[in-house]
Amino acid sequence: MFSLSHSVALTLISTGLCCTAADLRTFRVCADPNNLPFSNEAGQGLENKLAQIVAHDLSVNLQYVWFAERRGFLRHSLDVGLCDAVLGVPIDVEGALVTRPYYRSTYVTVTKPELKIASLYDSRLRNLRIGLHMIGDDYVPPGHLLAAEGLAGQIVGYSLYGAYGQADPPARLIDAVANGQVDVAIVWGPFGGYFAKKASIPLAVEPVSPTRFRMVPFTYSIGVAVRKGDVALQSAIQQVLDKECPAVRALLKEYAFPSPEEEEATPCGTSSLAVISSH
Amino acid sequence: MNVNLTVGCGLLFAFGATAADQLPRQKIQDEPDDGQWTMPAKNYSSTRFSTLTDINTGTVKNLKLAWTFSTGLTRGHEAAPLVVNNTMYIVTPWPNILFALDLTKPGAPVKWTYKPKPSASSQGVACCDVVNRGAAYFDGKIYYNTLDLHSVAIDAATGREVWNTALGDINKGESMTMAPIVAKGVVVVGNSGGEFGVRGWMAGLDAKNGKILWRAYATGPDKDVLIGPNFHPFYAADRSPDLGTKTWAGEAWKIGGGSGWSWISYDPELDLIYYGTSNPGPWNADQRPGDNKWTCTIFARRPESGEAVWAYQINPHDDHDYDGVNENILLDLTINGRPRKVLVHPDRNARMYVIDRATGEVISAETYAYQNTSEGVDLKTGRIKINAAKATGLKTVKDICPAPPGGKDWQPSAFSPRTGWLYVPHNNLCYEAQSVEANYIAGTPYVGQNVRMYAGPGGNRGEFSAWDPVAAKTVWSVKENFPAWSGAVVTAGDVVFYGTMDGWFRALDAKTGAKLWEFKVGSGIISQPVTYKGPDGKQYVAVLSGVGGWAGAIVAGMLNAADGTGALGFLNAMSDLPNYTTKGGMLYVFALP
Repeated sequence: MFSLSHSVALTLISTGLCCTAADLRTFRVCADPNNLPFSNEAGQGLENKLAQIVAHDLSVNLQYVWFAERRGFLRHSLDVGLCDAVLGVPIDVEGALVTRPYYRSTYVTVTKPELKIASLYDSRLRNLRIGLHMIGDDYVPPGHLLAAEGLAGQIVGYSLYGAYGQADPPARLIDAVANGQVDVAIVWGPFGGYFAKKASIPLAVEPVSPTRFRMVPFTYSIGVAVRKGDVALQSAIQQVLDKECPAVRALLKEYAFPSPEEEEATPCGTSSLAVISSH
Repeated sequence: MNVNLTVGCGLLFAFGATAADQLPRQKIQDEPDDGQWTMPAKNYSSTRFSTLTDINTGTVKNLKLAWTFSTGLTRGHEAAPLVVNNTMYIVTPWPNILFALDLTKPGAPVKWTYKPKPSASSQGVACCDVVNRGAAYFDGKIYYNTLDLHSVAIDAATGREVWNTALGDINKGESMTMAPIVAKGVVVVGNSGGEFGVRGWMAGLDAKNGKILWRAYATGPDKDVLIGPNFHPFYAADRSPDLGTKTWAGEAWKIGGGSGWSWISYDPELDLIYYGTSNPGPWNADQRPGDNKWTCTIFARRPESGEAVWAYQINPHDDHDYDGVNENILLDLTINGRPRKVLVHPDRNARMYVIDRATGEVISAETYAYQNTSEGVDLKTGRIKINAAKATGLKTVKDICPAPPGGKDWQPSAFSPRTGWLYVPHNNLCYEAQSVEANYIAGTPYVGQNVRMYAGPGGNRGEFSAWDPVAAKTVWSVKENFPAWSGAVVTAGDVVFYGTMDGWFRALDAKTGAKLWEFKVGSGIISQPVTYKGPDGKQYVAVLSGVGGWAGAIVAGMLNAADGTGALGFLNAMSDLPNYTTKGGMLYVFALP
């Protein structure tokens, strides 16, 4: 299956035939069934909506392959042909072919409004409980800076996978800010923006500065991943993303995905997103 | 009948080498061996030594395939078959089916099958490690663990479930893959999942009803670790109160790892169980300043209460994923003219620890595989001397040996009292730690450590060695192309068996390492061979084939060989394995004609 679709795509290109993925009848998307604001089984996530747009514009049926997005997710799903695409993937990830970014976001701090912290060098952090997601047994990127600053002892780890039996496990970290278990959460922007908006009390969301620590970036460019070599599908999805840029922007606003502070959103119709996304 | 079988292994052999033989042959004072195999390590001392002699250095060349059995599953098969009352019991990888095969009938047909009902979790929740290392027999029941954290007791005669105890929730990243041991009527089991940020534990269950009697965490305050007034570690560094919290920054101990996913041994005379804990989390050691106790630690505990009697931390502040979970073989040796009750522990850090099992004192810790991460162990303080040049972090560090799977991983060694040597299946792998690559999980971009593993000096990725624990040196060694990822079994016929990842099941001369016999099985071997006496009085040798696990993930998990960082960097070292073997679980049983 995998090698077959591979060779079809390559044949189309090498013979100069059109590459609109017109032979694609069903658009199979691997997605996590329990991971808002990105996706869930009820179709409530931003990536659910985006997948619908792509399927609609390509005139194909959208089919989900539900798969918990844990370590090895791309290898066990996209790589082995379970699905054709995965949405919401950093553009420079190894092991997949990714479109140009449809958004950029940043790690953010989430606090009660009276605290409001933007700099990871803010001296107040020394006396605060800092909540951080753990991805497997790795802290998210700002953890490297905090450790180097001698703040490892302030960190309280929250599993990104969490208790998968509950809805949206990553939200526990933002809950922890609201209920005072931690003073500040340093979290990937889409989680911070979306869940802060839904929280029971007002919460402040601030993009972190600096934007990187040594070679570890805190801002990332996000695109749609297809299997390596599936250039035809990548190109077809890219055309949809370009055409639907205003709709995608509206979704990002609706879901409150924060942008990196220093960056102006590029107007739709230009392709300079690709330029600013390199890091 | 089986309790008595295993009691007294602590007195495995005494002194008295015979001049008639060049080898330091020891008089055997093992318990009578009735030819059964009731626990994965054969006995409480974990020697994997059988007194059967029909298959020996003279006859093994005639060994022929007797019968086979397919498990119908394709993930990694790591278990040891058990043989009790003319029945063979096999535990499969997930979904953890238990097969009972009737050895009294031609072809050993299935007597009954027990299928646990693993909780329905989404695809991918336990994506990485679905192996099972086997069961234990005690008092008419088969005890084992399911991937989704249930311990079960199954009536050995009928296959009826006697009890079923849930010990955790797989949706929180924990799982269970280890084989229990039953000591003093207590079933001792531990969790897996260090790479998911879990907090490790070992628990004791009442063998009669499955009631949880105790649970000892590897991190946290003394009361959680079951450290009390009777805790007397040998080294001063291990003696202060609450080291399970004080050797961590803040609350990091709550997600600090230290799971007990591998072997447990038992000394009935000292009434102590022994096991090691896994590595600490997070992986980046800069983020967890301190010694991170009690990860990478050997514990001695009372089986009935779980109370800790001593502990020794092998790798404080572990930097290389050197879990301390490898087997502890309990031997009585004469070292420097003095009889010592020891445990021998081939650690992931490539050092062979010989430790006084009554006190926790390290007697020696020489290297059995190539390594450059440590310079020795200070026998006064017990502390390992780390080579700081190989410390990882936010930088690229090249040529670190051994790689995270260690000088050896969980694949258990065997010990022959006839030669006095340990038979050690092991690895020869090094790695490069690269600190940055954009990565992605659950919609969240991050940067992880990239690990690329490759063969160590010599180019062979594995080795099978005989090790003299008294002289603390290798006696002979056989190179293997792939990591030697199966367990070993050695017999009084002076034959040692093991399997290779490319599918060869081999018999070597225990004295010389000469290859005496081999058979090519269908899929690579990463399990534990056993030998037993059949109802017909003949000696049989049995082994599960079915490549997979961490090392074999490239075959069983169908991973992409082009991405060397897969399976935590192991793929880079294993990219050619699919050229040598394919997946598929099958039991092979051999006998003399």
